[in-house]
Amino acid sequence: MTHKTLNLHVPTLTRVEGEGAMHVTVEDGEVTDVKLEIYEPPRMFEAFLRGRGYAEPVDITARICGICPVAYQMSAAHAIESIAGVHPGGAIRELRRLLYCGEWIESHVLHMAFLHAPDFVGVDSGIEIAQLHPELMTEVLHLKKTGNRIMEVVGGRPIHPVNVRLGGFYRAPTRAELETLSPDLERAHAGALALLKWVATFDYPSIPNRLADNTEYVSLRHESEYPFNEGRMVSNLGLDLDVATFGEQIREYHVAHSTALHATLGGDNGTGRRYQTGPLARWMNSADLVPSSVRAVADELGVAEVETNPFRSILIRGLEVLWAIEEAQRIIATYRPPARPALEVPAVAGIGHGCTEAPRGTLYHRYEIDASGTITDAVIIPPTSQNQDAIETDLRDFVASHLDLDDHTLGHRCEQVIRNYDPCISCATHFLRFSIDRRD
Amino acid sequence: MQHTSATPIAWPESIEHGQSPSLAVWKFASCDGCQLSLLDCEDELMAVAGRVAISYFPEATTAMVDGPYDVSLVEGSITTEHDAARILDIRRQSRLLVTIGACATAGGIQALRNGRDVDGFTSIVYAHPEYITTLATSTPIADHVRVDLELRGCPIDRGQLLQTLAALLNRHALRLPTTSVCIECKARQTSCVMVAHGTPCLGPVTQAGCGALCPSFHRGCYGCFGPMESPNVPALRTQLGLLGLAGVDIDRLLNTFNTTAFAELEQTQIDERAPS
Repeated sequence: MTHKTLNLHVPTLTRVEGEGAMHVTVEDGEVTDVKLEIYEPPRMFEAFLRGRGYAEPVDITARICGICPVAYQMSAAHAIESIAGVHPGGAIRELRRLLYCGEWIESHVLHMAFLHAPDFVGVDSGIEIAQLHPELMTEVLHLKKTGNRIMEVVGGRPIHPVNVRLGGFYRAPTRAELETLSPDLERAHAGALALLKWVATFDYPSIPNRLADNTEYVSLRHESEYPFNEGRMVSNLGLDLDVATFGEQIREYHVAHSTALHATLGGDNGTGRRYQTGPLARWMNSADLVPSSVRAVADELGVAEVETNPFRSILIRGLEVLWAIEEAQRIIATYRPPARPALEVPAVAGIGHGCTEAPRGTLYHRYEIDASGTITDAVIIPPTSQNQDAIETDLRDFVASHLDLDDHTLGHRCEQVIRNYDPCISCATHFLRFSIDRRD
Repeated sequence: MQHTSATPIAWPESIEHGQSPSLAVWKFASCDGCQLSLLDCEDELMAVAGRVAISYFPEATTAMVDGPYDVSLVEGSITTEHDAARILDIRRQSRLLVTIGACATAGGIQALRNGRDVDGFTSIVYAHPEYITTLATSTPIADHVRVDLELRGCPIDRGQLLQTLAALLNRHALRLPTTSVCIECKARQTSCVMVAHGTPCLGPVTQAGCGALCPSFHRGCYGCFGPMESPNVPALRTQLGLLGLAGVDIDRLLNTFNTTAFAELEQTQIDERAPS
């Protein structure tokens, strides 16, 4: 049945982290308005960080998101360390990468198998997938657990790890402690391959005439590694900036329907360059830096070096999981504990910027501290804020090209469009509801 | 022997009738981490899913069943008028209401707004503060409705969550520790970081339950499980001062993840000791 006008309401968007709503208006067959509403109550971290000590954001900002606390810890640490000119290298740097591997594995597998895959399979939850494919999901749960185990061994616990501090860690794990992860990583590698191969059998919808194909895909790029904590901010359209300059160019703007802010590059009130971050961007900008073993799997599964269909982001997440497992194995195999678990990071007045790659995209932090080490200003721009315009653009284009679907199916597919971005509404503040008006 | 409180709980009768109890998971102002703890029980997840009917858990499933619910797990604190009304409705629909984590049990880190200029806060974060409606305070669930059981922690301990579900399913009393983190340190034979290394630690006043995680990483406890039963906060403040911690740093340490809980206790204890 074809609608020229539409009035559709899905009260709660499910299988996303946090809570929000979505509203689409269609008039005379034209999509006239799309709003991704985020009305999760504001928690105002940037305000209460003022007056706190410069060593505290590592623990405090982790509480913005229980799904990606390591991303917050890493962006905060790198931003504040940069003010003092401290750049931990060697084993401390390796341990930070290992911790991040754990978070990517856990978060990506949660999203792939529990939040995103049910859309492709046509069921309501990952638990139902487990009933359909018990052997596969046993391995998937083990894979997810392995990500959590890495965070437990390096960070103390998977949610809000306790071992991270400015300059490094409170205690460096021993070789023996890290080696306890090796058997799990070996099994997880096979599990990740199995998950990827299953995911590759899905039918991927597409968005004809997708405007967001022309948006800019932005991520960190490091000279020799797939990116986590360091590098320059680059894009497929030639952007190439150091993190501080990039940070100064992000312009957030505030719309009435959301407690999360939107972001563009340059320009005020949404007039700047629209861009998106996340797995598609990282892959586009750094696929040449994954080991040949991961590249071979990508080739086998038909994943190109440039992928722009957001429905296929699940494949890139799978490849990033595989990469994170191999990176964790490499780090553990060559690990020698650092002489000291942390470098001293003195209080120095100044402004520091940090960008690291959260599972769902680039997470930017900026801090201004005074000579006593007290924070005088803080800015945090999560990936979901940066992706909000791309999500809304995709929704508009998807609805425009699928008006023949009935309301129920269209609403369901729209949720899937949103889930393509693995939005973390807890980060951006949090709660999605879907409503759509079709008007004559 | 660690002290525990055996909580006599009126477990829903549906279990006696051989039915799977219905479970709902609700979110208020929070980071999602405590409800994620349930999905982080990888080894037990399918067993739990086989014993309870997951009736409302939007983060995990699109399927939703209307209430009433046998058990509601509530994450997050109350920070808006809308949420203050929503929790009343959830209480009415829930036979047993369990709060999970520091936000739900103590207001969470966002309670740092309490007693401060919230309009000023809003204008720091948002270009258009007029788009934002929020209360001046972040308050625990128990300030609004009757709570049957509280699980502490930022985040909660996965093991305690499983113990709670197991007690529910098997209809036995639940034993949760009420002593300090110090007891757990001794039990796992971790050297006292305060005595051995002079590291400031909130372990002596913080409720056990995490397994004394921070001291095992040579870090002082930062109190994310909130105050133990009858803690002596003024005495610890004196000790932290002797270790060289400035007053402002002690205030920050006590006012983070269970923002108001330690401060209120400390004030009460100071008042009690003051000559009348």
